[in-house]
Amino acid sequence: MKFGIVTFPGSNCDYDAYRAVVDQLGAEATYLWHKSHELEGVDVVILPGGFSYGDYLRAGAIARFSPIMREVVAHARRGGPVLAICNGFQIACEAGLLPGALVRNAGMRFISDAVHLRVENESTMFTSQYEKGAVLRIPIAHGEGRYVADAATIARLQDDDRVVFRYCDAAGNLTGEANPNGSMRAIAGIVSDEGNVLGMMPHPERAVDPLLGPPDGLLLFESLLARTAV
Amino acid sequence: MSNVAPRPGDPRITPALVAEHGLTEDEFQRLVRMLGREPTFTELGIISALWSEHCSYKHSRPLLRTLPTEGPQVLQGPGENAGVVSVGDGLAVAFKIESHNHPSAVEPYQGAATGVGGILRDVFTMGARPIAMLNSLRFGSLDSARVRYLFAGVVKGIGDYGNCVGIPTVAGEIVFDDAYETNPLVNAMCVGVMKESELITAKAEGIGNPIIAVGARTGRDGIHGASFASEDLSEASDAKRPRVQVGDPFTEKLLLEASLELIRSGHIVAIQDMGAAGLTSSSAEMAERGEVGVTIDVSRVPVRESGMTPYEILLSESQERMLVVAKRGHENAVAEILQRWDLTAAVIGEVIAEPVYRVTEGDTVVAEFPGSRLVTDCPRYSPEARESDAIVRLRETDVASIPELPEEADPLWTLERMLSSPTIASKAWAYRQYDSTVRTNTVIGPGGDAAVLRLRGSNRAIAVKTDCNGRYVYLSPRNGARAAVCEAARNVACAGARPLAITNCLNFGNPRRPENFFQLSEAIAGMGEACRALGTPVTGGNVSLYNESPSGAVYPTPVIGMLGLIDDLSHVTPATWSEDDAVIVLLGEILGEPADGLGGSEYLARIHGTVAGAPPKCDPELERDTIACLLECIRAGHVRSAHDCSDGGLGVALAECAIANRSAVVGAEVDLSAWADVPLRELLYNEAQARIIVTVPESSLAEIARIAVKHMVPPMVIGRVRTGSGNLEIKHGKNRALVAPLDRLAAAYHDAIPAIMEGSVESAAVLEQAAVTTV
Repeated sequence: MKFGIVTFPGSNCDYDAYRAVVDQLGAEATYLWHKSHELEGVDVVILPGGFSYGDYLRAGAIARFSPIMREVVAHARRGGPVLAICNGFQIACEAGLLPGALVRNAGMRFISDAVHLRVENESTMFTSQYEKGAVLRIPIAHGEGRYVADAATIARLQDDDRVVFRYCDAAGNLTGEANPNGSMRAIAGIVSDEGNVLGMMPHPERAVDPLLGPPDGLLLFESLLARTAV
Repeated sequence: MSNVAPRPGDPRITPALVAEHGLTEDEFQRLVRMLGREPTFTELGIISALWSEHCSYKHSRPLLRTLPTEGPQVLQGPGENAGVVSVGDGLAVAFKIESHNHPSAVEPYQGAATGVGGILRDVFTMGARPIAMLNSLRFGSLDSARVRYLFAGVVKGIGDYGNCVGIPTVAGEIVFDDAYETNPLVNAMCVGVMKESELITAKAEGIGNPIIAVGARTGRDGIHGASFASEDLSEASDAKRPRVQVGDPFTEKLLLEASLELIRSGHIVAIQDMGAAGLTSSSAEMAERGEVGVTIDVSRVPVRESGMTPYEILLSESQERMLVVAKRGHENAVAEILQRWDLTAAVIGEVIAEPVYRVTEGDTVVAEFPGSRLVTDCPRYSPEARESDAIVRLRETDVASIPELPEEADPLWTLERMLSSPTIASKAWAYRQYDSTVRTNTVIGPGGDAAVLRLRGSNRAIAVKTDCNGRYVYLSPRNGARAAVCEAARNVACAGARPLAITNCLNFGNPRRPENFFQLSEAIAGMGEACRALGTPVTGGNVSLYNESPSGAVYPTPVIGMLGLIDDLSHVTPATWSEDDAVIVLLGEILGEPADGLGGSEYLARIHGTVAGAPPKCDPELERDTIACLLECIRAGHVRSAHDCSDGGLGVALAECAIANRSAVVGAEVDLSAWADVPLRELLYNEAQARIIVTVPESSLAEIARIAVKHMVPPMVIGRVRTGSGNLEIKHGKNRALVAPLDRLAAAYHDAIPAIMEGSVESAAVLEQAAVTTV
């Protein structure tokens, strides 16, 4: 199985995603340059964190027009897995791969911290190796991570069980304090209609090496591997 | 030599114009002698920048020469963009610290942001990939609205820039003291890693090689930034806001990637940041290092605005620009790499054999200086040094006789008040705004004694920290500077690292005042003593003088950026307690010694509003032995946690071990009854140096004692960790004890700064302003 990690000029978590896949997962990975028109036969696309084109206008607003994104959207429409992390989540929303938007954090400030996430849906291709209700500890680092959508969209996400992760406290409870950025319904990650695009603000690729903290993000990558193994 | 004539429209050179450029009459005459004629306006501008303290070190270089700069680990000492040391396994670390004080005083957000950008470029131009940022900040009291505005703006500026480029900000320190009220200190440090073979220097070589300007276009921003940094702040300084540059971290990220690619491509011979004094100093310094001449044609420099004069183009400090000397014939290959990153490049000059520094505008020569004398012939000063009588009196104050406040009858009141002092309290409010985990190397992030970053491709890690207690240096400069080096060393040692080398940022007042020059020369002497004792050479740094305003100079603050090496990842040691029943042991300076006074302490400042007395004596030999003892204990696997005593003394350090990790607070029973005859406040709040709190399993005690005796640092067992207890209990004699509930200590420590900053008007104003200025 081959992972393709998109590098926009301002991507800065592409390297971390690459190392996670290659060093910790033991799978193959390649970088996909933003000016390229070629996905090079990858099975999974990762849209990594960073500041794609500086993001001075609005996070991800320019990235969606890049040549590689045309290919990524086509890949997603074919049912190909796309893991969109942080800035990648913002880009996926801008590109119409996921509903809703990520706006400025409720406290207006950039937040870097390790937060708790509750696995809401363990039946997606990204979470099959987790238990439902499992509480993970995963780093966040973003200034625009407050998930918002109109009421109908939120209801649909809810009804279709497409909310994959929610911010929670250490015991798994949803509290106002545990929601770092004011996201609606404490949403930290969602999947697309077809379930093949996961957008999440927290960084699972930073939580794969026990040296740096609990490796709670590793099962997410392993879930993707397990899927093709079946 | 060419014929240089004034350019039409240039102002006439008058004594007033010379003074405005910060040149003394003597310096102007020196310039006339060097040229053999009157300078043109352009030449005056060039010299004004190059002879500023910021670029020339004219007051500090003779003193800096006394510092130790050599050691087997040093690959590149002072004089380059950054120092470089070997860390084994073929890897090297480039690191440097630099100030951006004056820009931050008038425009905190951009001032701090561009400080981060500048130091990043200094590190990646050595060929190293930046892996961590640190910053050392000093502000006035948070009671002041202006200070809250500066603090919030600086923190946001640091965060927005580093976060966007994708370099984790992992450590530093923030101190609040009235001495920095109008002149905050903003020192940024960057650490990068490379293979030893990838080291490149900024030395122009090869006659006929093209000089290429890379990156952002040149605009009118930041003109005379270097000179601005070399004068006192005044009421009029706010009007100099246009001298502050504007940062663009996205372009920086492109430059970083493109520069590393260029360096590894073999197409270039040298690369340097156009930092302070922009094109002028970068080209002059590269020529001087290579002992060659250069010629630059300003009409070929890509500009942002039309009608810019040679003077403006040469002195602009527009950010995110680099100067590259390429190999002749490789211009297209260089351009291709830059194009891939959507960066512009223009050949603007050439390395020449003729020993001149020449600037042309098309075919017209607008400035010309003989040889490399431009940089080397700058004036040198050794002004009068004399200690201020007022400071001598302060130091000799008998602080032991200061009576306790009535509130201090309750020792918990005192401890809570200490922990909520903004200088001591948790700085999470600030560092939560910094991405500290990107690039996935951060083993220990902000909040510990030192940050620890793994070195990929080896089983090693580095520990980094900045330190300086300006109050100590103010009261006793030589001792205080020694203490700054030793504290930084102690901090990296607590994380498990052997101190390796330092970079320094010397923040002082106007050197033409004898009392300030005394502080500078004494501090550098003390720094040298400590560095020699610890075997940590100085690999570079930055001098920032003129840190004063009408209300006086800042505390002399020689900030030390320490690099330590951890030989094995299993040696990484946390600061906080976790293991139940572990024995709490003090290593180093013996408790209850006469040295245990309260002079210069945070206790006196916080509880009594007094800055006086003799600060704790720093003995570099004892520090060295204590560190060696600690490291041997760590390597033998005995140590569960290690935390040094510094600001706030033993009392604060014990509390930090208990509650710094708020989600896992841990109690303890400590017994200081053996020192029942020493007043509790002196035991808890004296700031004796060379003292480390370690926790070890009971079974390791005999071995610890053996190792400690070997290093002649007797261990003192003072208590036990109690994970089930909700209190930090400190016994002091038969019926006396401080029983401190952990939740109260944690609240005092963790909530102090958020309580001041959250919802403050100034903080909100920064967010609003930043939202506008980042576009």
